[in-house]
Amino acid sequence: MKSLAELQAIRDKARAAVNIRENAEAETRVLVGMATCGIAAGARPVLNAFVEEVNKRGLRDTMVTQTGCIGICQYEPVVEIITPGKEKVTYVKMTAEKAVRVVNDHLVNGNVVTEYTIGANAIGAK
Amino acid sequence: MRELSLNVMDIAQNSISAGASLITVTVEEDEDLDELSISIGDNGRGMTPEQVEHVTDPFFTTRTTRSVGLGVPLFKMEAEMTGGRFSIESTVGVGTTTTAVFKPSSVDMIPLGDINGTISMLVMMNPDLDFLYTRGYRPRGEERREFALDTRELRTVLGEDVPLNLPDVTQWVNDYLSENTSELLTKDTQEGARDI
Ligand SMILES: Nc1ncnc2c1ncn2[C@@H]1O[C@H](COP(=O)(O)OP(=O)(O)OP(=O)(O)O)[C@@H](O)[C@H]1O
Ligand code: FES
Ligand SMILES: [Mg+2]
Repeated sequence: MKSLAELQAIRDKARAAVNIRENAEAETRVLVGMATCGIAAGARPVLNAFVEEVNKRGLRDTMVTQTGCIGICQYEPVVEIITPGKEKVTYVKMTAEKAVRVVNDHLVNGNVVTEYTIGANAIGAK
Repeated sequence: MRELSLNVMDIAQNSISAGASLITVTVEEDEDLDELSISIGDNGRGMTPEQVEHVTDPFFTTRTTRSVGLGVPLFKMEAEMTGGRFSIESTVGVGTTTTAVFKPSSVDMIPLGDINGTISMLVMMNPDLDFLYTRGYRPRGEERREFALDTRELRTVLGEDVPLNLPDVTQWVNDYLSENTSELLTKDTQEGARDI
């Protein structure tokens, strides 16, 4: 069973690791829409995938957060990526698998995954 | 919703929006009563009696009105469809408690789903808020038992400088929840049963 002693060990390790959360400026923000419609459409696994992938890649200047209504229910789950000095990118109909690709292509390598963006989906709508 | 745990995620967003600093999630299952009760309580800004009436009145839930949302009416409908019940108690300046009681044997029952995933995510995404999650279970013909996760307790151990959303802490929370859940739901934990 997990014990508070283990938590203490985690604390001590974190303290020894000098900079706990010193990710200062130039933050890229990943906003996952978590209004009722977003949650119903599957936002929770998408949010999970972003958090996990960003941690795995050690992207210290990237912050994953949740947001409320983005106003486009039919495109949920919706994710917005905001990087200072760049245009906001809106990804629609996201899944956990797509999230992994967005982290790799967009956040790590700087290439927007155009086929998942709202622009591509509005034009090629079925 | 596909899982009730997603309703919990959603209703908890209301508490967060209401400025709560402590959110209590209680999941109680009683097999003799054939009831699963889910309750989300907060110490947020609360609502007036008129607001409470407005929130639960299905007439106002058509999504054309921006000021009224889906979350609460959906949760209410899901509970009542199983033959269960629903209530909101709220006091301005004190807080709100939303309770939905389900009849698990109903054909219209929605599975609880990944409630641990919801709790873990709430804690991780809101490291400055406190959560008290209690899960109680009374198997048929047995005693009630429970376990709890209280972030205030974790905070005491972690101190002010180590945040609740540190990846290692999230992992600890996940393990804690899954270990305790499987122990809670294992049916043959009565004393004696193990010593045979
Ligand atoms: N715990 C709470 N504390 C204070 N006000 C609340 C609480 N829960 C609900 N409300 C009020 O009731 C309204 C309706 O809630 P509901 O969850 O049904 O819809 P919503 O949150 O506005 O939108 P959504 O469809 O995304 O859930 C809220 O906007 C809020 O004003
Ligand atoms: S209610 Fe669906 S995006 Fe806002
Ligand atoms: Mg809501």
